[in-house]
Amino acid sequence: MTTTTPEAAVPNPPGSTPLLEVRDLVTHFRSPRGLVQAVNGVSFSLQRGRTLGIVGESGSGKSVLSRSIMGLNPRSTSIRSGQVVFEGRDISDLDDSAFRELWGKQMSMVFQDPMTSLNPVMRVGRQITESLRHHLDMDRDQAKQTAIELLRAVRIPEPERRLRAYPHEMSGGMRQRVVIAIALACGPKLLMADEPTTALDVTVQAQVLDLLDEQRRDRFMGMILVTHDLGVVANHADEIAVMYAGRIVEKAPTSVLFHHMKMPYTQALLRAIPRIEMPSHTRLDAIGGRPPDLVNPPAGCAFSPRCPYAQERCFVDAPALQVDPADPSHSFACHFPLESPDQVPPAKPMEVA
Amino acid sequence: MAGSGSAHLRSPEHTLLRVENLVVEFPTKGGKVHAVSNISFDLLPGETLGLVGESGCGKSTTGRAVMQLPKPTNGSVVLDGRELTEMSNQELRRTRLQMQMIFQDPISSLNPRRKVADIVAEPLRIWKIGSDAEQKAKVSELLTAVGIDPQVASERRPHEFSGGQCQRISIARAVATEPKVIICDEPVSALDVSVQAQILNLLEDMKERYGLTMIFIAHDLAVVKNISDRVAVMYLGRMCEVGPPDELYANPAHPYTSALISSIPLPDPDAEQRVELLGGELPSPLDPPSGCRFRTRCPRAQEICAQATPGLAAIGPDHYVACHFPLTEPAPVPVAQPVLADRPAD
Repeated sequence: MTTTTPEAAVPNPPGSTPLLEVRDLVTHFRSPRGLVQAVNGVSFSLQRGRTLGIVGESGSGKSVLSRSIMGLNPRSTSIRSGQVVFEGRDISDLDDSAFRELWGKQMSMVFQDPMTSLNPVMRVGRQITESLRHHLDMDRDQAKQTAIELLRAVRIPEPERRLRAYPHEMSGGMRQRVVIAIALACGPKLLMADEPTTALDVTVQAQVLDLLDEQRRDRFMGMILVTHDLGVVANHADEIAVMYAGRIVEKAPTSVLFHHMKMPYTQALLRAIPRIEMPSHTRLDAIGGRPPDLVNPPAGCAFSPRCPYAQERCFVDAPALQVDPADPSHSFACHFPLESPDQVPPAKPMEVA
Repeated sequence: MAGSGSAHLRSPEHTLLRVENLVVEFPTKGGKVHAVSNISFDLLPGETLGLVGESGCGKSTTGRAVMQLPKPTNGSVVLDGRELTEMSNQELRRTRLQMQMIFQDPISSLNPRRKVADIVAEPLRIWKIGSDAEQKAKVSELLTAVGIDPQVASERRPHEFSGGQCQRISIARAVATEPKVIICDEPVSALDVSVQAQILNLLEDMKERYGLTMIFIAHDLAVVKNISDRVAVMYLGRMCEVGPPDELYANPAHPYTSALISSIPLPDPDAEQRVELLGGELPSPLDPPSGCRFRTRCPRAQEICAQATPGLAAIGPDHYVACHFPLTEPAPVPVAQPVLADRPAD
């Protein structure tokens, strides 16, 4: 769009420039208790047509990260550095009015709670046509026809009739489909889905995840799927980044991550999930303790106080995210990764209350 | 009626809680909401019954109706040989000592203005159980049992704790009066997986330690399987299937149970998962379908399903299903193929 940045001045053949490149992104918030280090140096890139899953517990910084990329964090209380490069253009310092041209048209977002992300006093139809008329300059009839097609694409029965409905007249699953239709309306290149199925029932969750996959493929979008559930990303992401205390602690293509897990934290997250194939009353491997306070993060590795494999070094020296020498697609931040000869067996039990 | 019938009930002399033909209806402007329609279940002492189903299936209403909050429209709830639905409010109040609830949102179920020690001691104070010193000792014991340090926590207020810790405090409060039955309504669904595992383990420990009998209501099938001795699957106010968890999950007999189980996202990218997508929407409880209520979305539905409501019938040891054409039998002809979605293995 603009040619002020050197990256944008050089035309790139399609496919070679990543759709999104995040470089050393930092977002801190001022709070009465001190500086909250919510995102602390995150880098990754995403190609069109691919899905990146971002996984972590509450307080890991995953939602702040997605909002930072979208430019949705309050400016007055947040401090940020690093770069967000979208299609070769650095968007990290744009103001709201410049972002408004990107939101919806280039990048859009699906939030967790479909009830609060829709306007309760506006008919569904108008909420979809709003951005069509603004961004794509459609007239009323064109916008209406497009809205009907969108509702059909997200498999809402009787789309003509549904346009006149209010959000409260729909079930949670239907509402989330409407939110997805709105997000897709202007043909964005990047779709950010922040816990899109957490508020939904399991059968509806399966439908919505399949729908997101299908739309991502059909429209050749890049997708970032933020979730706390490794089960959700296992079958719906090409690559997974695990976040802990504001940093990416492990990142790999999905099957590599599941087969050659390096971070004890990733393993602990996976083991805490009750599995349907486990016999009833199987004792779960809970992760003891809690994620660290991001105002006073611990010295050394942030996971060390909860890590069964932690050794002295882990408490003083924070490991950097490093590339696995055996597999350049895999990176992790751990001094004593799983499957490594230096690792000593758990010194303390997994479960600490 | 689907999900009615009492084939799955055990002899009344062994059961601690027995719920029969429970009906809960709410009158609204638009008509009557059939929230729970004629369900029955029972609990042996020390048993955990998992009630599982999606939003709107009536599982939470069932839990509340057992507590008489509000009283059910019809049916009987017998705790320890005493009929709760016929009790006066005074008697009920006293009987609720024997039944406690744990709710979904741990933060909003604790009074934000009170100290933790007072929150846990409140039931003891109301019922004047023990002297001040004894109450204090009991509160310390309870907090310790749920993994909260009483020294640190007693004088603090709920907002100083995380969701998982608040849920621990709720559990301590619930067991304070040494109830016989605890009804847990989605106790872990607001928590992270790591904390969820801690709370599930804690509930198992508390059950052992205080000899609790539990009704565990949740929408997450894996969680329900983990904690339950018996699982009941509900759909639109009725019971579809009842059985021991290992058997029920390995051999689901009701098409709805099977669809639910297939929808669980597996944390394994290599798992060959075939999701049976349910067509259509959940029908309105204002005007539920005739006959079997699942028939409008069921791949095996035949004419009879619209006419006759299947009752719960035994199909295996302690395994009961309310279906005219259970999956244990060959499909009726002709049968619509279930909509299957192949998960790409990338």
